[in-house]
Amino acid sequence: MTRSVSIGLALALIAILIAVPWIGIPLPPLFGEPLRSPGSLSLLAVCFVFGALAVSYDLLFGYTGLLSFGHALYFAMGVYATAIALERWHWSLIPTLLFVVALCVVVPAIVGAICLRTHDVAFAMVTLAFAQAGSIVVLQNPFGLTGGEEGLPLSTQSLPAIFAGVANSRNLYWLALLLLIFTYAVARMLVGSRAGRVWQAIRENERRVATVGLNTYLFKLGAFVCSSVLASLAGIVYVFIEGGATSEITTANFTLALLVMVVLGGVGTLWGAVLGGMLYEYLDFRLVVLSSASGLQSLPPILRVPLSEPLFVLGVLFILLVLFVPGGLAGAFRRLSSLSTRTTTLTGGQ
Amino acid sequence: MSTIVLLVVTGLGLGALYFLVASGLSLIWGLMRVLNFAHGALFTVAAYAGWSIANTIPATDAARAWSIGLLGAVLGGAIAAFLLETVLIRPLYARPVGQVLVTVGAALAAVALVEAMYGDDPKQLVLPAWMSANTVIAGASIPNTRLLLIVVALAVLGLLLILLRKTRYGLIVRAGVENRAMVEALGINVHRAFTIVFTIGGAAAGLGGYLAGTYFGYIDPQRGTSMLIFAFIVVVVGRLGSMTGCAIAAAVVALVQQFLNFYAAAGVGDFSVVLLLALALLIRPRGAQTL
Amino acid sequence: MSALLNVSDLDVWIGESHVLHGVSFEVREGGVTALLGRNGAGKTTTLRGILGMLTRTGSVFLNGLPMDRMRTDRIVRHGIGYVPEDRDVFSELTVAENLRLAERPGQELQYDIVYELFPELQQRASQRAGTLSGGQQQMVSIARALLNKGNRILLIDEPTKGLAPLVVRSVVAALGRVSQFVTILLVEQNLRVAHLLARDAIVLDQGSVGYRGTINELIDDPELARHHLGLTAGRGAGA
Repeated sequence: MTRSVSIGLALALIAILIAVPWIGIPLPPLFGEPLRSPGSLSLLAVCFVFGALAVSYDLLFGYTGLLSFGHALYFAMGVYATAIALERWHWSLIPTLLFVVALCVVVPAIVGAICLRTHDVAFAMVTLAFAQAGSIVVLQNPFGLTGGEEGLPLSTQSLPAIFAGVANSRNLYWLALLLLIFTYAVARMLVGSRAGRVWQAIRENERRVATVGLNTYLFKLGAFVCSSVLASLAGIVYVFIEGGATSEITTANFTLALLVMVVLGGVGTLWGAVLGGMLYEYLDFRLVVLSSASGLQSLPPILRVPLSEPLFVLGVLFILLVLFVPGGLAGAFRRLSSLSTRTTTLTGGQ
Repeated sequence: MSTIVLLVVTGLGLGALYFLVASGLSLIWGLMRVLNFAHGALFTVAAYAGWSIANTIPATDAARAWSIGLLGAVLGGAIAAFLLETVLIRPLYARPVGQVLVTVGAALAAVALVEAMYGDDPKQLVLPAWMSANTVIAGASIPNTRLLLIVVALAVLGLLLILLRKTRYGLIVRAGVENRAMVEALGINVHRAFTIVFTIGGAAAGLGGYLAGTYFGYIDPQRGTSMLIFAFIVVVVGRLGSMTGCAIAAAVVALVQQFLNFYAAAGVGDFSVVLLLALALLIRPRGAQTL
Repeated sequence: MSALLNVSDLDVWIGESHVLHGVSFEVREGGVTALLGRNGAGKTTTLRGILGMLTRTGSVFLNGLPMDRMRTDRIVRHGIGYVPEDRDVFSELTVAENLRLAERPGQELQYDIVYELFPELQQRASQRAGTLSGGQQQMVSIARALLNKGNRILLIDEPTKGLAPLVVRSVVAALGRVSQFVTILLVEQNLRVAHLLARDAIVLDQGSVGYRGTINELIDDPELARHHLGLTAGRGAGA
């Protein structure tokens, strides 16, 4: 595919996505209501957010080769910092945003500086430890800030007017779409830059990069901070869509779900991550409905029960992908559409 | 004084639980270099298997029900582990990242399946009368389940030590933890050892799952995942592949957690041991190398 | 005398690097064949390639049996004893346990020969191998390879590396005796040791075979010696 063709297609796709809130086409059973209804728009918005989140993780894992089990911490930080500033401290929007972005540069810089002193498995474990620590802090509800297990809903005064209310769900949709496009563009730009090339070289063989005289630690830290900032931005948008913070995003399961998203879509391709993130969230949402709508109800319980459980389907799909299609959906697509391309992905190896 | 005794014994009881889960994890990690994220799922699946089997026996014969359930959990853990290793992990021997990923997927799918089949509300475990009772030690009233756990963990530790020191497979495991390539260069098929180690780890996790249900009074689908994190901490703080090191680390971690949770505030203990993990990884270059 | 070990067109990769190119040689039965070459020439890599420890193409025949598609442990069970560079004893295990690990179930063992050659090992049977001296660890390593009577050939990698001259002498003496009843492919940097023990020599140069012949011919010919080993005539490399 030539560059101009792919750019043209991308622009066309974006145009269509922007226009969705005016398209009244019903698409059962994919969506319960017509596309422009608040329900469908809300679902699509969340899918966009997860697509953006997956892209941020792909930068870290797919391009730099850093298997972090704690990436969700920065998403959660974006969520909770925004919710707390708006709801508990009654700040207005701009100071909140500045605060959250500043926080989500400083904290990953510090945490990353610590974690990156380890490698491989140890690194995965330390990042998981920090994420778990964050989860414990949130659940303990210190000073009544986080709302503990019940989460922290935003009251209507705290939520910016243009996002409040069902009538404005299309604004949220566009915000989420903007987030996805922005995140993707930034990621694309980073990956194509000199830093991005160093990241990919580090992924392939860190020692060789070090012998050339480059400070791999600093480059890895850069990747860590950039991906964390992008994740926190996704968190901010998520708060508006969901109307608050939920404790579910701090669990270990959610952290691992990120991994599933990126592997599902295909590591190291960015658009694969978008696909994976959106597909994951979509399935998580709709599988129960889908399964009852389609002929699944006629299946014996032994098949119907597991298949209506989204995490089970996703887990099995994930396993199958790791075993047989290491490149994820993107890899499968690429293998089908190209001639002999030797793609080395992280999960592929050989 | 009696508070301290209570804290120490319940701490050791919790440590016993950690040891049961961490022991298998340590061996698997040390020998196979696999970060088994599905270990918590083995814990959960086995606990539910045990519970289901125990339920087939009328609750009036609680002792029998509980014991049969225990057996079911141990067997369930072993079988699930065996299947996991042979079907999913062994084919990915050449792809260590793939191995970790596949255990993540298995953990996700298994726990989701359990939730789908049983629902996510806790299921009560039937206990024989003496287990629900307390024993008074040095003025502290201690639930018998804690004492049971300590006894079981010590027995498992002893069994594992005998296996490691007195059997040929134990020899292979101890050597393999040090230098797997050399073991193969001596003509030994390590893969069989892997399967055995994995299966034993699963059995221990199953035992832990059922006894956790005994300790807390109920089982639920999420406990395995939270146990896993503490088990990882224990494995890292202890010495890789060493069972006595694992036992000591389990006791230390649990005691720190109990005391801090009590004397500082709820959650501070949990938070601290998580930080302990980060610290242990950062200030132990030798440990990090074996990782 | 037939070829016990036949290596044909062996190419080995370490990661992405192609380190051995079309290496071919024969090791005949009985006696010692030396595998020589400068640092980095690929000697250790050749041994590990034969054992299937690295990615390789080409053929390896042990006594006529093809070994190329097999996993390391199966290759070794066909009758190869391996004494790696750096000894690789299991430091947490005792001497006796190190030896016991090397036993192949169902096969004949020769503890008597091992203890005759290295009586110290019997004395230190319950000592942790990590506390042994370099020379003693070398004995454990050789003993492990020797233990199974069914081992037709020993692949020995730099057994004198890092050892004091006195210890080198006892190791060489032991190997001399061992070579009387088992074939040895010996990788050595120490040319004097190689000359003492070996009859045939193969020289590797940057991943391919540069010379095949007897060791005497190699050393006696100054041109050959200089070209393949980087020596000036009359001087030996190593201690």
